[in-house]
Formats: sequence, structure tokens, C-alpha cells
Amino acid sequence: MNKEATPLLSVRGVSVRFGGVVALDDVGFDVEQGQIAGLIGPNGAGKTTLFNCLSRLYQPSEGEILFEGTSVLATPRHRIPDIGIGRTFQNVALFDKLTVLENVMVGRHSRTRSGFIANALRLPSVVAEQNAARDRAMELIEFMDLGAVVHWPAGGLPFPIRKRVELARALAAQPKLLLLDEPAAGLNHDEVEILETQIRRVRDVQGVTVLLVEHHMSLVMSVSDKVVTINFGRKIAEGTPDEVKRHPEVIRAYLGTAN
Amino acid sequence: MAALARSWATKPGIGRVALLFWFGLAILPLVGSVWDSPSFDYYLFMGQSMLIYAISVLGLNLLIGFNGQISLGHSAFFAVGAYTAAILMNFGGIPYWATLPVAAVVCFGAGFMFGFPALKLEGHYLALATFTLAIAVPQLLKHKSIAGWTGGVGGLLLDKPDPPFGLPLSADQWLYYLCLAVAMLLFWIVFNMLRGRSGRALMAIRDHAMAAGTMGIDTALYKTVAFGISAGITGVAGALSAITIAYVAPDSFTLQLSISFLVGLVVGGIASLPGCMIGGAFIVVVQNSSQSISDWMKETFSLRYDVPAWAIYGTLLLLLMFFLPNGIAGGVVAVRGWLARKFR
Repeated sequence: MNKEATPLLSVRGVSVRFGGVVALDDVGFDVEQGQIAGLIGPNGAGKTTLFNCLSRLYQPSEGEILFEGTSVLATPRHRIPDIGIGRTFQNVALFDKLTVLENVMVGRHSRTRSGFIANALRLPSVVAEQNAARDRAMELIEFMDLGAVVHWPAGGLPFPIRKRVELARALAAQPKLLLLDEPAAGLNHDEVEILETQIRRVRDVQGVTVLLVEHHMSLVMSVSDKVVTINFGRKIAEGTPDEVKRHPEVIRAYLGTAN
Repeated sequence: MAALARSWATKPGIGRVALLFWFGLAILPLVGSVWDSPSFDYYLFMGQSMLIYAISVLGLNLLIGFNGQISLGHSAFFAVGAYTAAILMNFGGIPYWATLPVAAVVCFGAGFMFGFPALKLEGHYLALATFTLAIAVPQLLKHKSIAGWTGGVGGLLLDKPDPPFGLPLSADQWLYYLCLAVAMLLFWIVFNMLRGRSGRALMAIRDHAMAAGTMGIDTALYKTVAFGISAGITGVAGALSAITIAYVAPDSFTLQLSISFLVGLVVGGIASLPGCMIGGAFIVVVQNSSQSISDWMKETFSLRYDVPAWAIYGTLLLLLMFFLPNGIAGGVVAVRGWLARKFR
């Protein structure tokens, strides 16, 4: 099969219900290899719910999610990074007592193999694997410009730096697809500009496809190749940023109707 | 703050400090050859107990300090280890040293099995569930149906082993070295785990279980294995205690023992390996010195009543927790950081 022909990620008819509440209703879209795709919608539209389906924290009641043609929903949660999906969290979920380096090295977990017994005996293979993981983590720490805090516990760091640590940790697993949940939330104007460059570099330098949920419209519109809009759990628009910006449903969702 | 910034596992030179410390412990019993005191054997016995408690606290720390699961039931694993050794020596004719790996495996199995239901429980609920383990095991050991193996309420009396290969050591010196060697091995193993992939995964689960899962860590497997390893280590301590005391009885393994481990853990320092050694020593020293302090107070202040030893123990604990909320190991780190800033 031709790689260009199959989308990297294909979300098909996904519905999620919490009791009687429909959080997602028949949502479907594709993300192509090498794209930066934006997922927007008003608060409570179901964006994070969709992310949680992709990382197997929620189980959709209907629908299918295919990643490189294989079913994500048939993959256990801890195998999601193995197949190539990484993510960050809206509220930043770091390992607070571990240092920045250790946090990023935990990100390598899915790309390393040594078990309890090999670790306990400190076998030469463990040392080699550990050194490789550390080197890779250090590269990413430099890439994210975190060199100054490498040995600091993540818990005490300022919020914008914590977000960069989380991004470095997600990249450590060498994902093919990176899910960013509101990366700009809590950042000031300058930090958002830095973030924009970093997202582009993640795609251009690391070759990672990006799907981001974001409320910061100017960031989404300038960085995305494609934007999907959902409202009340339904997809209302999909297309290039310009198409979506002019879409009447999107304008109605964000600004309300005149009458 | 900057002094606290580097994590202990990546700190350069930590190995040299540890080696020096272990070397110091290794030459301690030789003091007895120079300074011949009638109470020296008693000090050696205290040393053995300290090492055994240190190993128990190490097991508990792996679970509580590094993996974030609580247990009040480690006296039960200690008991299972002790009885495994006692029964194998008494009925199986197995040499005392060979019972240690068996106790480790048996207790790993028991802990691993207990780890499954523990997956569904967190915090207070896990504390309660493990509490029942500590309550039940001494009763089970007394039960009629297995009294033929366990010796029932009376327990089992064992032979104290002699030093092998005609080594010029007393029995207590030899047992001290046995405890020391086992402690070194287990601390080395845990240290290796913690600075490697497995240990990082355990600590990641402690800090944020959901994020650890999305990083590809099989949290259920790691938590049950952590419970197993923790129980296995404490079980080895139990086996050592059976060998050094040469006696096992159900009532030495009550909830009180679990609480002692917990006290040693918190006083030494949660999530600190040196803290385990400090905690082990603390348990023995305070248990022994509370009574002497009580006697001393009665005499010095010409009191008409005894000061209960437990009250002294409690007061000591309260003071420690007030002045050193991060345990003695945490206090040492804080003082070192303060000195480093002062004399920079």
C-alpha cells in the first residue's frame, strides 16, 4: 500500500457517552503523515475526550480509530507509545519528585527493554541501554532548551518550563504522532511565539506529525495545515485554516447567532 | 534548594561514600578481638538486629517510598520468611544459608499475589487491607491444623549455626557478617533497580500513575512486582531473624512489628536508601534505650513512679517528627545544603 494514500491517523465515527451525556457524537477525520493538525472548539466541545480515546484513557461506545491501519482501540494503554502515539496533558502531568532528566528518561520507557532482574544485577546491557537513553534524553533537553534545569526536580519548576519538560518527555518515545493538549494555555505572548517555533521544529526536525487541541486561535491558525472544529461533541467543520475561519458553523459556534 | 536539586542516584561519588560506610560496618565486629568486653556479644546481637531491621525497612521503602503503595502488613511477610527458614532447617535439614533464597522466593510469591487485590485499593483502603494481613498471620501460625509444622503457640527452637570453614570467629561475629553480606547484596540490588529503568518506572507510578501509563509503563504489572520484591526483601530479613535468634514464635510477628518498620522508615527517611540503615538502627536503639532512659529518669529525679518506656518512645518520635519532618536522612541533606551555602 502506498504510504501517502493511507492517513497516519484515521478517526471514524467515534462516539463517547458518559451516562446519558453524549460527549462525542460520530466524530471522524484523518490526519496525514507530516501534517500539523489543529482540533478546535468551544469549552466542553469534546476535544480532550477525543484525546483520551486516542491514548486509551476512555473507551468509545462506538467507532474505530486506526493508526497506520492498525486499531488503536484494540491496543492496551501501555502499548500506545509503542505503536507511535505520544501526548502531553492540559494540566501538565510530570513526575514531580524526579529530575527533568529522569522525567525525560521515563519517556524512553517504551523504547527500552531491560527488566527488573537485569536492572537489579546492573548487567552490561543495562548500562549500555541506560547510557543511550540518557544521551537521547540530553539531546531532547537541549532541543527544548532545558539545559539549565536538567538536574532539578520537575515539581518545583515554573509552569512554562514544566510544559517544555513534558514536550521533551513525549518526544523521548520517538512518536510518529504527537498529541498536544492545549500547549499554549498559561503561556504569555512571547512564550506562545517560542512554542509555535518549537511545534514547527518538532515536525520539521524530528519528523513528528502533530495533532493539537488549542484555544489560542492565532497559534492554531498560523501553525496548522488543517483544522478540525467540533462543537457539542459533533464535527462541524474541517479544512485549511482559511476555510475553517470563514465557515458559518464555526463563526456561529464561537460568536453565537445574531438572532 | 540548589543542593537538593541533584537527585541522589545521579550524584557522582555516591558509590565511594557507600563503600566507605559498608567497610566501616565490616570492621566493627573486630573491635571485639581487641577490646574484650563481656557485653560485646550483646552489642553484636544488636548489630545483627539493626541490619535485619534495615533490610525490612528497605523492603518497605521500595513499596512506600519509591512506589507510593502503603503496607501495614509487612510483619506478615517477615513472619512468612522466618517460618520458611525455620521449617526448612527443622524439618528439611536444609542448611541455614540455603533457606534465604527460598524465603525470598516464597515471600515474593506471597507479596505478588497480594499485589493483585492491592491494585484495586489505594491510600487508606490499602492500609486497611494490609492491616488485616498483619492481624491474621500470627493467628494462622498458631492454628491447630499446621501446628505440627509451625510448633503452634510455642514456636520452633533452632540451632545457632557455627562459622564455616573453621573461620576464627565467634558464632555472633559470624552471624553479624552473614547479616551484613545479605544487607549489602540487597541494598546493591535495590540501588541498581532504582537507578535503572525499572526504578524510574516505579517512581513515575508513585508521582503520577496515569502519566506513567501513557509513557508505556504497565502500571498494574509494575505495582504487583514491586509488592512482590518488597515482600521478598522483608521475607529475607525474617529468615535472617529466625537464624540469628534461633527461635520463631507467632507472637513476635504482630502488628507492632509492622508499625516498627513504618516508624523506622519515616524516622530514617522516606524514599532514602541511607534512611533505611538509619531507620533500622533507630528501631533497635530506641527500643533498648527507652527502658534505660526511664530507669535513669526515675533515679535522677527521684520519682516515685516508673516513667513508662512507651511514653518516652512516643515523646522521642514526636520530637523527631517535629524537628526532622523528612526523617534523619532528610535532616542530614538539609544540614549539608545549609553548610554548603554558608561556606561557599
